[in-house]
Amino acid sequence: MGLRKFVDKIKPTFSEGGKLGFLHSTFEGFETFLYVPNTTTKRGAHVRDCNDIKRVMIVVVLALIPTMLVGMYNVGYQHGITAILPAFWYGFVETLPTIIVSYVTGLAIEFAFAQKRKHEINEGFLVTGLLIPLVMPVTVPLWIVALSTAFAVIIGKEVFGGTGMNVFNPALLARAFAFFAYTPQMSGEAVWYADGKTGATALEQLASTGEMQWSVMDAFIGLIPGSLGETSTAAILLGAVILLFTGVASWRIMLSVFLGGLAFGYLFEFVGVADTAIDGIPAYYHLLVGGFAFGAVFMATDPVTSAQTNTGKWIYGFMVGALAVLIRVINPAYPEGMMLSILFMNALAPLIDYFVVERNIARRKKLIKNVK
Amino acid sequence: MSKNIKLRKGLDINLAGKAEARLEVAPMAKSYAVSPLDFENVTPKLLVKVGDKVEAGSALFFDKNNPRILFTSPVSGVVSAINRGEKRKLLSVAVEPDQQQVAKAIKVVDTKASREEIVEMLLESGLWTRIVERPYGIIARPDAKPKAIFVSAFDSAPLAPDYNFILKEEKAAVEAGMALLARLTEGKVHLSARKNAEGFMSEVKGIEYHTFEGKHPVGNVGVQIHHIDRIAKGDVVWTVNIQDVAIIGRMVLSGKLDMSKTIVVTGSEAQKPCYKRIIAGAAVESIVGKVSENVRIISGNVLTGRTTAADGYISADANQLTLIPEGNVYELLGWAMPRFHRFSVSRAYFSWLCPKKEYKLDTNLNGGERPFVVTGLYENYLPMDVYVSYLLKACLVKDLDKMENLGLYEVLPEDLALCEFVDPSKIEMQQILRDGINLMIKES
Repeated sequence: MGLRKFVDKIKPTFSEGGKLGFLHSTFEGFETFLYVPNTTTKRGAHVRDCNDIKRVMIVVVLALIPTMLVGMYNVGYQHGITAILPAFWYGFVETLPTIIVSYVTGLAIEFAFAQKRKHEINEGFLVTGLLIPLVMPVTVPLWIVALSTAFAVIIGKEVFGGTGMNVFNPALLARAFAFFAYTPQMSGEAVWYADGKTGATALEQLASTGEMQWSVMDAFIGLIPGSLGETSTAAILLGAVILLFTGVASWRIMLSVFLGGLAFGYLFEFVGVADTAIDGIPAYYHLLVGGFAFGAVFMATDPVTSAQTNTGKWIYGFMVGALAVLIRVINPAYPEGMMLSILFMNALAPLIDYFVVERNIARRKKLIKNVK
Repeated sequence: MSKNIKLRKGLDINLAGKAEARLEVAPMAKSYAVSPLDFENVTPKLLVKVGDKVEAGSALFFDKNNPRILFTSPVSGVVSAINRGEKRKLLSVAVEPDQQQVAKAIKVVDTKASREEIVEMLLESGLWTRIVERPYGIIARPDAKPKAIFVSAFDSAPLAPDYNFILKEEKAAVEAGMALLARLTEGKVHLSARKNAEGFMSEVKGIEYHTFEGKHPVGNVGVQIHHIDRIAKGDVVWTVNIQDVAIIGRMVLSGKLDMSKTIVVTGSEAQKPCYKRIIAGAAVESIVGKVSENVRIISGNVLTGRTTAADGYISADANQLTLIPEGNVYELLGWAMPRFHRFSVSRAYFSWLCPKKEYKLDTNLNGGERPFVVTGLYENYLPMDVYVSYLLKACLVKDLDKMENLGLYEVLPEDLALCEFVDPSKIEMQQILRDGINLMIKES
């Protein structure tokens, strides 16, 4: 094991007191990435499940890969290239810088904070770093990506204490920051096509005209304009299968988001309350276009920012879906209702949990009365 | 009519090193020891010094907080060592046994005696320390009035002993012990057996009988209490291990104290795992012989037991020794590998493909400690109406009201052991809960 010997040899340099001791957390981050540490259990259960947060996060990254690949192909396809490999290559070249900028910015900040707090580096950003390029328009300027990633990681996560303590989903926060701070670059006619070709996303067109310009099949496979990650419902569902099978994401949340979206979709389809173009479209359109499916599978299910109790998850998920459709229909100025509704429900999730836990407490208090 | 209670939550970890149903008598150990660290919240005050002659049942030390509670020698002999740790903290009192064992004459009474006489007998013999009080999991306070006493007749932990095998000759002793316990409470005495493995338990008279089925922790008495008669604020209940019931019963029947018991030696590193007849507190070397350096000896099971040194002693409350390999090795890119030889409840690995496989697990933590990230997982491994992460967070922030409201009185660390096992964040749940409980004891 030459590699292990090398790591052991350079370890003292990076340990406390060593020449590069200030890079302690960074070194540890790379070391634990290479090797599962030799730490043994000291207190409590002597044996442990071999699952850890690294594995959990890597499963999510794995589940995101199909969406990313189809999205890359679609970028080329929307550019007018139909052959599979050239289209994919075009998309790959177009989107790779965004992915690199997102990872480099975010990880640099994560490492710096871990160093400062003398923490181990948390793996959460492995997922966030990929989610951010997937929810941004392809043509977004790189400095916006860097700025919004920095905002999301610092204000969204680190000020609360880092991974596990944040209130809002960091990737969505990055998108929301970019959306509100740089609206012209993020919406309207300018957002989609690369290299001079411009046009609105499928959802924006649907919102302004109420007509679906693409076949349902195209929308399902992902051959419609939109952000890298949001277009291919089929690839997203494949990711959903991975997340649900491994148990990494909550099926309760996923299912209830779709139920909530469909329920309100049908409400507007058949009752029709708003006087907007998108009111009255078939309910399932909502699930196919825009970020609905992507949000339901990858964003709403973030365990840290969603409701934590099982009952709470049903309520949270249903409201995410319902609110997303509600925002889309009532207020066409914000066609991407999914982002806003998940962020809004992120804020409400602790309150939902509070009431669920209060009921648990009430049951326990009732025991006392029964005795007396 | 007994009631059957079926629990769906939990997990049976299938470990290598199951014991054969074969009983060996372990040779007399070179020494036996009693440790105050085997009990919660005990401040020991010594009653003997090195060189003193003691009989089986002679008090070695008592609890300063509760001077009636005596800790007695399991054997007769000479006090050979008083082991102390940092700040002179008492670790254990060791006794070197005589060839000829003599038991101290204790005034043994039966169920016809008054409650106070029965309490006095149990205190004097040291067997009182085997009665556990909930909330908190401390040694029962002799002046407390328990609303009920609970006994679990089976252990569902990994590689746990089969009490039907251990106690097959001791039906009379179990019955006598249960009858005596019934005199300690004005409420009921509950006995819970595993469905379809009830042995003679269903024939025990004068008690409330229940059967349970399900996965671990179904055998935990705390889980059973939750489903029979939950502990509310202000309630006190006592619990006794079924073999300790038999030891108490044996004293009542024979008129003298006999601290011998049967334990099971298990685990992938145990040579010929089987049952052993020992005397409580025996040096582990007399039970398992020489053990190689890279093996962890656990007094108890892999989830809740205490690490025991090769020259140490079996814990007072242990009915099991588990020997597993230490996991102090690096694993290249382990988190990304398929890891067929390791066990996980998560289908991010492949244990689900071979549900019958026996695993040889080591003590590697399998990751680094992280904040609470996953949700909804822990509740699947605790069949109780308790929100685990909320309770633990209340313990972490030392919010006594919340701890009480979220169920601190109903759980002991052992009940959260499975949650700790499955946790990908590797949070020390049992320790956090224990610290919370100790804080509650201190503040109330």
